[in-house]
Amino acid sequence: MLIGTVLTALFAGAAALSLFWLPHDIAALDISQRSLGPSLTHPLGTDHFGRDMLSMLMAGARTSIAVALVAVGIGVGLGVPLGLWAAATRGSWLDEVIMRGNDLIFAFPSLVIAILITAVFGPSALNAILAIGIFNIPVFARVARGGALPLWTLDYVMAARVAGKGRLLISAQHILPNVANLLIVQATIQFSLGILAEAALSYVGLGAQPPTASWGRMLADAQTMIYTEPQLAVLPGLAIVLMVLGLNLLGDGLRDALDPRLRRVRM
Amino acid sequence: MARALLTRLISLALSLVVASVVIFVMLQAVPGDPAAFMLGLNAQPDTIAALRAELGLQGGFVQRYIAWAGGMLTGDFGTSYTYRVPVADLVADRIGVSAPLALYALLLTVLIALPAGLLAATRRGQASDWGVMGATQLGIAVPNFWFAMLLVFLFAVKLRWVSAGGFPGWSDPGAALLALTLPAVALALPQASILARVLRGALIDTLDQDYIRTARAKGLSRRATTIRHALRNAAIPVLTILGLQFSFLLAGAIIIENVFFLPGLGRLIFQGITQRDLIVVQSVTMLLVFAVIAVTFAVELAYTLADPRLRRRAAR
Repeated sequence: MLIGTVLTALFAGAAALSLFWLPHDIAALDISQRSLGPSLTHPLGTDHFGRDMLSMLMAGARTSIAVALVAVGIGVGLGVPLGLWAAATRGSWLDEVIMRGNDLIFAFPSLVIAILITAVFGPSALNAILAIGIFNIPVFARVARGGALPLWTLDYVMAARVAGKGRLLISAQHILPNVANLLIVQATIQFSLGILAEAALSYVGLGAQPPTASWGRMLADAQTMIYTEPQLAVLPGLAIVLMVLGLNLLGDGLRDALDPRLRRVRM
Repeated sequence: MARALLTRLISLALSLVVASVVIFVMLQAVPGDPAAFMLGLNAQPDTIAALRAELGLQGGFVQRYIAWAGGMLTGDFGTSYTYRVPVADLVADRIGVSAPLALYALLLTVLIALPAGLLAATRRGQASDWGVMGATQLGIAVPNFWFAMLLVFLFAVKLRWVSAGGFPGWSDPGAALLALTLPAVALALPQASILARVLRGALIDTLDQDYIRTARAKGLSRRATTIRHALRNAAIPVLTILGLQFSFLLAGAIIIENVFFLPGLGRLIFQGITQRDLIVVQSVTMLLVFAVIAVTFAVELAYTLADPRLRRRAAR
């Protein structure tokens, strides 16, 4: 949990810092400075275009976090209301429609469809967000519904109903705060999966386009030079691993801290 | 049982129909006319019309959908815009790479996850448990295409044991398997990590059950108890995850095929995208979705058959 928090904070901090300041301009190519080892001016060396690796990694962290965060936002924003609604109207045709729709999205191989979406509408960070976000919706809907269903049978919810509160109000006032723990843990997991998905999409050239820095893109560039400059492939990959590892550890820690009885729903 | 099977079959067919409509509609949204694109700027309107007819592009939206979906059912996947050969032929060539790769990776996944999960569950809290859990935590975090690159660097660039990519064809099965080994390892690592964790969790749950204590009390060895009683009861969550993993393996294979320049379905989709060969993209995607839905269905069926409780419930 501690390691997870530290790692996550480190990357979030680097990404936030990159909004205002980078050690070097990542759009400036300087061939005379290319493929340098670590030095005082370039702590992590430079790439094949003479760009500063540390700056590239920081800007890449910003892209990854932005894409994954908005994708989680889409999942929470649409999935949670749908799930709560399905739970509130349990057994009705609405519940049935929402859950069958969920099953259907689950049946699709997500990365295949993400590739299809970005291929049809053109590669961009925005389409990568959409492609990843759509598959977050059923995950959150399912978690929200699963968490909400047992709550509806509890006495205080019954009391609220007797008091004349509508389903919408009860869902917002009583159900949502009680499933928030579950949702936070799931959000951490989806966030780390989003980082991996963004890296995969931009690796095959379907994510953020140059000059936007992205870890997947850096790896794709490095692959063509694996014979001559293998070190270029190491840093971006390591960044992805540490970020995802940090988020996963944070998620595990949060789950244990918030409620040790909860078992992870990992899709 | 028969009724439950029928309901499942209907919902299977329904998901396939919805999936095909979604894919079809999405690809209709792509701007531009493939026939005009293929013939270039100086094409005559009547040549374009003739080509449109040949490619099955004339007619309304619904008419074209029915023609395409009906064709898929009878094994006619349409004609590739760029190669001018049936898509089915292209697929037949490529599936000889993708299907063995996915199966190879699935096999490795199980071969790695089974001993690792067993070890961690039976030595709960000990050093080997911590080791397995730490390694799997790392395995989940490693993107498989990066792991693939590292494998290429180590085994192809440094040690020169294998070539960095490409596929020699099945005429020499040994060489073909060797070429698929690194991709399969790269694909299997994250999946094996997930499966090992699931298996550990499921085994720990069953090892705490009363019937395990009974089995031990009647003198069965720890090893026999774990294998005969615990492993069988842990099979259901493991089967479910394996089914899900098949879809990840398929999707992962698309990316991994690009790392190793393997001529599989994944590369076919990417070529289709770059060459605007939409019918190839459409049909191959549908085929992948079909494979995933069919496997999910088969898994559900398998554990209904494997679990007497579910079998009885289904019979009612």
